[in-house]
Amino acid sequence: MRIELEKRAKPSMLLSILSPFLALGLTVIAGGIMFALLGKSPGMALYSFFVEPLLDVWSLHEIAIKATPLILIGAGLTVCYRSNNWNIGAEGQFIAGAIAGAIVPVLFHDWHSPLVLPLMLVFGMIGGALYAAIPAFLKAHMNTNEILTSLMLVYIAQLFLDWLVRGPWRSPDAYNFPVTRDFMPEAVLPEILASGRTNLGFVFALVAAAGLWFMMRYTLKGFEISVLGQSERAGRFAGFSSRRMIWFSMLVSGGLAGLAGVSEVSGVINKLQPIISPGYGFTAIIVAFLGRLNPLGVIAAGLVLALTYVGGEAVQLTLNISDKITRVFQGLLLFFVLSCDTLIQYRIRLVFSRIGRSSEGGAL
Amino acid sequence: MSAVAASGASPLLAVRSLTKLFGSFAACNAIDLEVRPGEIHALLGENGAGKSTLVKMLFGVLAPTSGQILWKSRPVVISSPGVARRIGIGMVFQHFSLFEALTVAENIALSLPPGISLGKVAEEASRLSELYGLPLDPKAHVADLSVGERQRIEIVRALLQNPDLIILDEPTSVLTPQEADRLFETLAKLKAEGRSVLYISHRLEEVQRICDRATVLRHGKVTGACDPRAETPASLARMMVGSDVAAVNAVQVAAKGDVLLETRNLSVPARSPFAVSLKNVCLEVHAGEILAIAGVAGNGQSELFDALSGEFPVADAGTVSIRGRPVGALGISARRLLGAGFVPEERHGHAAVPSLPLSDNLVLARNQSDRRSFLGGGVLGIIRHAAVRLASQRISQTMDVRKSGEDPAAGSLSGGNLQKYIVGRELDRQPAVLVVNQPTWGVDAGAASRIRQALVDLARSGSAVLVISQDLDEIFEVATEVAVISEGRLSEIHPTTTLTREKIGLLMGGMHGRNESGEAAHAH
Repeated sequence: MRIELEKRAKPSMLLSILSPFLALGLTVIAGGIMFALLGKSPGMALYSFFVEPLLDVWSLHEIAIKATPLILIGAGLTVCYRSNNWNIGAEGQFIAGAIAGAIVPVLFHDWHSPLVLPLMLVFGMIGGALYAAIPAFLKAHMNTNEILTSLMLVYIAQLFLDWLVRGPWRSPDAYNFPVTRDFMPEAVLPEILASGRTNLGFVFALVAAAGLWFMMRYTLKGFEISVLGQSERAGRFAGFSSRRMIWFSMLVSGGLAGLAGVSEVSGVINKLQPIISPGYGFTAIIVAFLGRLNPLGVIAAGLVLALTYVGGEAVQLTLNISDKITRVFQGLLLFFVLSCDTLIQYRIRLVFSRIGRSSEGGAL
Repeated sequence: MSAVAASGASPLLAVRSLTKLFGSFAACNAIDLEVRPGEIHALLGENGAGKSTLVKMLFGVLAPTSGQILWKSRPVVISSPGVARRIGIGMVFQHFSLFEALTVAENIALSLPPGISLGKVAEEASRLSELYGLPLDPKAHVADLSVGERQRIEIVRALLQNPDLIILDEPTSVLTPQEADRLFETLAKLKAEGRSVLYISHRLEEVQRICDRATVLRHGKVTGACDPRAETPASLARMMVGSDVAAVNAVQVAAKGDVLLETRNLSVPARSPFAVSLKNVCLEVHAGEILAIAGVAGNGQSELFDALSGEFPVADAGTVSIRGRPVGALGISARRLLGAGFVPEERHGHAAVPSLPLSDNLVLARNQSDRRSFLGGGVLGIIRHAAVRLASQRISQTMDVRKSGEDPAAGSLSGGNLQKYIVGRELDRQPAVLVVNQPTWGVDAGAASRIRQALVDLARSGSAVLVISQDLDEIFEVATEVAVISEGRLSEIHPTTTLTREKIGLLMGGMHGRNESGEAAHAH
């Protein structure tokens, strides 16, 4: 017996719109079952996971802070995924951007100038883009699978950061802790509201998502992205180059991931340390899909996923559940988004085995 | 032609008025066919004649609409390839289904019932390959093998089932002449053992060389059954392409205009094992002319289109010229800016993106040539949807495109209507040069005549039109000049008025440089 996916002739329009909400609902149900199995009251747990963080100004700011990198990276990834380039290594580009952006405050910490911050942001973007240029080059010119190369580069970036903060960039004043010196005030992204910690990075995220949305919706470049993503041959006929699109999409998403990285270390952490991300680069993949690969949808999805981080911390405190619960929720969410989308497009059929039909080919 | 002989032993396979309908279209219309034991029987016909449909019914891939198949004088229903194999029919398809990462033996084992050890499969495969002169290393990886060797795997795979009848679909189309000679020796051995072979081909020379009898199909009907050795290539070609006299030309060229499209010794290496390389293609299309490139599919037509359109530019800029300018190294957008328009063969996913609305598909082909009217916002390149929609409506009206709604997805249109839109999209620009690959392939008669008329009108207004087509009716209806492409080589260009179907048929069958009257009748 084998399982076959058969394309539905007419996928329901309503269901495809509802799909992300359906997935969210299923995640909550599965989460409730999981809490029950852990011996906690599902109602209580879900309340403190999903609702409580929304009732408090402090945690709303936390959500905005955590949504910032998710939206920045997720919006860039929509360009990649719509053009059929599967950048899985945004986590690495995030770290590369953070490192490149930290060059100024770490190596020139006595330089006090309003130029520091803009320079850091530009360096961050360049760093992320250059790091994404490696899988782009390998795919465009060596026909390498970008999923593998970009993912493997994540671990290289993580270990490189680890080496930097333990070695050449370790702060002389940190009692051998593996951290760089604290960034000088000119190198810190300013907060934008008096009520809490939300910084300028959140504005970058909104602007980047809106800009990409405009590009996808109204411009020839956006048209090029969707045509090349759907049919390389038709794109070639239109005079578009899929090789140039590899470069474009990887550099854009890498640049935005780099910007997210430098914003995080500048606005939130204020220094470099071995771990600077709870997996934003990977979670942003979920954000991109939950946001229907639409940059505006990514804003909403980014806020939802940020809630899972904050909610995870909340249940850890109130119910004494491991913080790994966050990853579980994120995994459930991605699983349900993808399965909803698949089942809306396809129906499952069980086929009971027949005699091997291996030699019939495709001659027409 | 000579009637199906009823003499001798009872046939191994007999087909009685077998019909296959796709909607109202009869791909096979009341086909009669007999294959005797121990003969090599040719199935001849142009593309679209119904050969593949017929053999797919014989191998259980398609179910016949009506008619009967008799196997060893008993009526059978072949419901699946498994059934076909069990009763003793093996088939070698034109395109192979092999896993490149696996070895020869592993690939063969995949087609056998599970539970047979790989060593035993390899042993048996070696034995068979030696017996039939099909040298094959069971341990070799398929990825490392040539096309000819891959075909041997398929043949050995078929032979392992010990079939009484082996069907070969265009087996030499992917082979070098030397590989083909080897294959013929194998076929002779099979025949000597009393097995029968059903040999599908459009190559007259081959058929005359190895086949005992031939059945000729045209437009889904049997137009002749004969002994190919007793026929001339000319008479075979006539059966294959029809014997009607050429129709009157639509375009009357008074004096030749300037050369608007030209290739000089255009050679392009094959991009993949199944692609054809172009060899020294020379052609000229003058203003006001329609040059038709005739030929059986897979002889380099799409490669020629790619080189002319610039989707795959060629290294030597001078080999392709549009309006006197060397454009070989330029891409498709630059060639469009010089006034050329292109219509590829495949509508879905090449000429159009099916999921996008028609207006977006207009932007697809004209995003650079109509930059001024379609794009705004300077470097931002904002698409002016209003202007595009207006142009899209104009095209739909001019070409009488029937669609549901104002701007439906391209994929929701019927083939004919989408094709009218795709052709209209180029005509709307009044291109100086138009290159069209299979303009009416799979299109209903009404749309086809509308499209042909539009091509004729364009040429009349002084443009150069190049039509790549397999449809001889179409060629005689529109073309002023004809050349034939075969295995990547282009024949000389002949004025349509000097040509007969017979002669084109001969050129298509690869009989280059032979006399049309049939002096080559006794070719071996």
